[in-house]
Parts: sequence; structure tokens; C-alpha cells
Amino acid sequence: MGKILNNKDVRSWIFQSLLVGGLALLAVTAFRNARQALEERGISTGFDFLDEPSGFALSESIIPFDPGASVAQAFLAGLANTVYVSLSAIVLATLLGVLIGLARMSRNRLLSAFAGLYVELFRNTPQLIQIIFWYTLIIMLPNIRNAFELGGGFYLSNRGLALSWLADPTAGTLSAIALGVGFVAALIVLCLPGRRRWRGKAIALCVALPLLLLAISVALFGISRPELTGFNFTGGAVVSPEFLALFLGLGCYIASFIAEIVRAGLTSVDKGQIEAASTLGLPAGKVLFSVKIPQALRVIVPVAAAQYISLVKNSSLGVAIGYPELFNVSNSLATLTGQAIECVAIMGVLYLLTAVAMSALANGFNKMTMITER
Amino acid sequence: MSGAGHIVNPVITARTAPRNDSGWLVRLRAIYFPTPFQSFVTLLLGTALLLLLPRFLDWALLAAVWSPADPAACATPEAGACWAVVAEKHRVMFFGAFPYEQHWRAALASLLIILAFCVSAIPRFWSVHLAWLWAGTLAVALWLMLGGWVLVELSTSDWGGLPLTLILSAGTVSLGLPLALLLALGRNSDMKAFRLVCIGTIELFRGLPLLAVLFMASLILPLFLGEGVTIDKFVRALVGMVLFFGAYAAEIVRGGLQALSKGQYEGARSLGLSYWPMMIKVILPQALRIVVPALVNDIIRAFKNTSFVAVIGLFDFLGATKASLEDPLWIRYALEAYLFIVLIYFAFCWAMSRYALWIERRIDIDRRTPP
Repeated sequence: MGKILNNKDVRSWIFQSLLVGGLALLAVTAFRNARQALEERGISTGFDFLDEPSGFALSESIIPFDPGASVAQAFLAGLANTVYVSLSAIVLATLLGVLIGLARMSRNRLLSAFAGLYVELFRNTPQLIQIIFWYTLIIMLPNIRNAFELGGGFYLSNRGLALSWLADPTAGTLSAIALGVGFVAALIVLCLPGRRRWRGKAIALCVALPLLLLAISVALFGISRPELTGFNFTGGAVVSPEFLALFLGLGCYIASFIAEIVRAGLTSVDKGQIEAASTLGLPAGKVLFSVKIPQALRVIVPVAAAQYISLVKNSSLGVAIGYPELFNVSNSLATLTGQAIECVAIMGVLYLLTAVAMSALANGFNKMTMITER
Repeated sequence: MSGAGHIVNPVITARTAPRNDSGWLVRLRAIYFPTPFQSFVTLLLGTALLLLLPRFLDWALLAAVWSPADPAACATPEAGACWAVVAEKHRVMFFGAFPYEQHWRAALASLLIILAFCVSAIPRFWSVHLAWLWAGTLAVALWLMLGGWVLVELSTSDWGGLPLTLILSAGTVSLGLPLALLLALGRNSDMKAFRLVCIGTIELFRGLPLLAVLFMASLILPLFLGEGVTIDKFVRALVGMVLFFGAYAAEIVRGGLQALSKGQYEGARSLGLSYWPMMIKVILPQALRIVVPALVNDIIRAFKNTSFVAVIGLFDFLGATKASLEDPLWIRYALEAYLFIVLIYFAFCWAMSRYALWIERRIDIDRRTPP
């Protein structure tokens, strides 16, 4: 008997059975308890409630949504808002992060000190406080009648940011998306390894096509400027204080991490590589874009992707200031319908899918920029 | 013809000595004005600094209203920052709804926890005994916070402010690290069931937002526990924090396990050590030492993330501050109050991040110079 128990395979089998059995027992108990609790409260279970009207208004939604729409559509609207605010914040975090990362490496001590101060300040304070801080700051701005005019048809007040926008909002959204996609595509082409003759043309195309689309849209629909009539702005587009605070809170916080990642990536490139490239007579631009950046990206991309995923997940902090993103919407729906388990499950699956999709994208990008070794 | 043909005429005059490239002026130029673009940046930043810094200092210090607990003093047009809001509300911000006469207990508990963190930071004390230190610290802190035996009894719903933040952080780390160790070992285990369960747990909690995990812990967990079992709000938040922290820390520990050479495992095995002695005596001490800087960064994040519990209705440092600002007399000075707590959070996190940098260098030196 003792001999059998000392057998490695037998022991492993026993431990694993105990684990699986224990977990199964736990799951069954939890399930039965939950069912009993729900029955006592008279809450139905299942996913039928998704088709019912939500009877629920969103303060803003990037896709059309009215209170008569179904619960499923409410989830979709929340997800769309999450994607919208996250993508905008990712653009901000990337631009600001790269700029600050480069500034931090500058020989100019004033510049690098500024960048260092930014990084330390934003990295070492909780993100939630930053978001609440931005929100407090925005709602303490002067009211609409005394709005700050920033020039170019931008007005900042306690009701958010009013800006000039295409007179046809759909065309405006499409142009903005096209510009974003074109910019990312140009960046990817820029980072592809190897010698490609069509690189320059492809980049030009990626930038020119969206610009052309924008120009056509402007020519067709014209631009509408916000104008103060009575107590509100008409025309243009208005960015709500909630969106603005979440956008700044997410973007500025992650930018401080991106700055450090960019700096670490660029300094990780072996000095010999740069010297060798210069010795071969490559011009400075070519050294930067063909030698330094591709190698730095291999270090940067996986870490930066993790930060972007964290940004998307933390967009759930919009609930603290009332921006209707996925977490906020499912939270409200859970209270409204009482079907908390289903709501949390749907929300969880949607966040998990987003995270998985983003890391798949990062992996794909990483594979593309990897050195193809002989 | 005069002179020899081979002598160059006229004679080249001696060149002037090269310019003196030392001295503060030259160095200043090299740092701040090397190229036109750099000069432009310097001038731009310098002007911004000269314009904004005096204004900021005036607002934050010179024209600031410090003490009188009267919001009217802050409402005058020439008044700068209203730090009086901190003077007025600091007790609520720091201690939440904790009974006023008992504040010393919460302060003492906080101090003990900070002390335990400091002791754990010293490499000389890194050993299994730290577990005892933490068990003792947490036991005393819990006694101070909950009362009983000579002290007035309190419940976790009385907790609030910075002590709540610190206890939550301490609890998250001291329960999350053992969980992380188990998850990391399980993920590297030979037994498939353990591996699958650990991978599932880690990936689930890493893929979800912390808020969603906290929400699940506070809303779904009570449903699963069944009738008669009520679970404290603070404990529910703690469960969520521990699971989230554990999943992230597990991946860091796994990195350390993988960084060790295979020879360490083989060496331990050939000495006849079985799994747990091998892990405890040989593998983990080395693996954990490598990942201390990364773990400290994760602890910083966990500390910052404790503020998320304010969303699920706990009165941590941020939650208590938010609650204290619901007073209509002071609500206009929320910005100053938030700036104040941001400074305190910053002090904690900055100190920890400096420590992480220091310990990283030190571990590097230790690894390069074998004893």
C-alpha cells in the first residue's frame, strides 16, 4: 500500500483528482446557493432579458441609442463608448508618450527635467484620482457664456469642449477613423523590416487617401462652427466633460508609462549598431528609421501593448465620473434588471475578448517586425 | 633671385590658439543652446517657466488661505489656493468615519504597517521569518482597528481614510504574494490539472478590469456563498484585490522561475531533494531575489489601485476625501483637497519607486560578485 502511494504517477493522479473534485464541488455549491438566492428574490435567470427594452437613457453614445432599444443594444452602446474613449486616449498616450520619452533623452537639461517631472508625477499617483481631478477641474471652468476661446473655433467651458466639426457628423466620424487607420498603417509600413522599394509610396498613400477623403467631405458638407445661442452652443461638435476627463485621465497616465518604455527601448539598441550603420555611410535619417527604430520596436511593442490593454481595462473608471462606458452601463443594467450574474458575465466576456484581440494584434505586429533570421 | 627656392614665401603666420572650451559659459551653451532648435526649446520652456512659476507659487503659497476654518476667507477674489479645506477636513480625510477619540489607534496601526513595509525592504531581513513579522503586524493592526480586550470594539464599517488604504494594501500584498507563488508554481507544474486551473485563474483575472473583479467580489460572491453567510464589505474588496494582485504577481514570479538555469533544478534533485524542499530551499530564494524590483513595481500599482475601492463604496483615503467634500460649504475647494491627497499618494509611490531602482542596482551587483 505504502509503495503504491509513493509511486509518482499514482500520487500525481490522486492530487489532480482531489483538485478537480474539490473545484467541482465548489462550483456545484456556489451554483446551488446562487440559484436559491435568486429564487428567493424572485429574479429570473437566463439571457432572455437581452431582447427586452432597456428603458434606460445614456448621457451620450457614439452609436445611435434611444431608451426604447433593447438591453443587448445598451451593452453594445457601452462597448462602443469604451472603444471610442480608449482609442482616443491611446492616440493621446502614444503621441504624448513618444514626445516625452524623446524629451527625456534630450541633452537639453531643461527639457529632460520637464519630461522627468511629468513622468514621475503621473506614474506615481493613482489613476482614479487623476481622472477625478481632471473632472473637477473641467466642471470648475467658467460657464458657457464666459467660455475660454482657444481660437480656431474651440471653446472650453464647464460643459466641455465645443469645437468646429464637419457639418455632417457621419462624414466627420468616417474621416477621423480613416485618418487614424491611415496613420497606423503608415506607422506599420515604416516599421516593416527589410528593403522594400514601395515603402515611401505606401506611406504617402496611407496619409494622402484619408486627407483626400477629409478634403472631399469638407468641400461637400462644409464646416460648422460652434456659436453661442442662448445658453448653449449650436453647430460644431461638443465633447462632454465626462469624456474629456476620462480621455485626459487615461491618456496622460499611460503616456508616462509609454515615455519610459520608449526611452528604455531606444537606449536598449546596441551602440555598435548605430556606429556600424554610420560607418557604412548611411545617412542619419536612414540610421534612425532603418536601424535604430526597428530594433527598439522589438523591445517596445510587447510592453506598450500591455499598457494599452491596461488603458482599455481602466476605461471602466469612467463609472466614477459618469461616462457611460461598458462597465458603467452593465453596472446600471445589473441594478435595473436584477440579473447581476448575467450582466457581469457579459461584461467580463466583452472585456476579455477586447484584451485577447489586442494582444493578438500586438503579437501579429511583433511577428511582422521580427528579424527573419537565416 | 633671393633666398633658396625651397623656402615657402611668404611664411605662414602662426594660428591663434584654439578657443578655450572650458568654463561655465561654454558648458551652459553646450547644454542649453547647442543648435538653433535646442535654443528655441530652451527659450520656450524658460519663458513658460518664468511666466507660470511665479503665478503658481503665488496661488499655491503666497496668496493661499491656510488656517481659518471659514470658507468665506477663500471666496475673496484675491485668495489663492484654499488649503483651509485641508485644515478643516483633514481628520475626515485621514480617518473617515473612525470615532474621533479612537483616531490614535488607527494612526498607530498605520505606523506599524509602514514600519513593517520598511523592515521588509531591507535585503538582510529577507527570509521566511518575514511571514511571521507580517502575521504579527497584521494581528496587532487588526486588534487596534477592531478593538476588544481593553479597547472599545469597532467594526470594519467604521474604518476609513489612510489607515483603510494601508491595511488594504498590506492585506493585498501579504495574502496576494503567497497566492502568486502557488499560482506560479502550479503553472509550471508537471500535473496537467494544476497547470490548467492556474493558467485559467491567472488569465481570467489579468484579462478583467480591476473594477470588474471588485464588482464581482462585492456583488456575485455573496450570492455564491449561500444563506446565512454574510461577508463583510471590506473583506469582499480585499478578496477582489488579492485575486487581481495575485494573478499579476504570479506572472512576475514565473518570470523569475524561468530565469533560473536548469542546472539549479537538476542540482537540487540530484541532492535528493523532493519538490517542496527543492522549491523552498533552492529555487524560490533565487527566483524571488531576481524579481524583487518587478514585484515592488507591482506593489506600487496595487497601492495606487486600492483607490478603486472608492467606486464600490468603501471610504479609503480617496473615498473619505470625496465624502468630506460633500459639505456644500467646501465643495468649491475640491481641487485643493485632491491635490493634497495626490501629494501624499505621490510621497508613498515615489519612495517605493526609488527603492525599486536602488534594489535593482544592488541585486545586479550581488549577482555579478559571487560571495
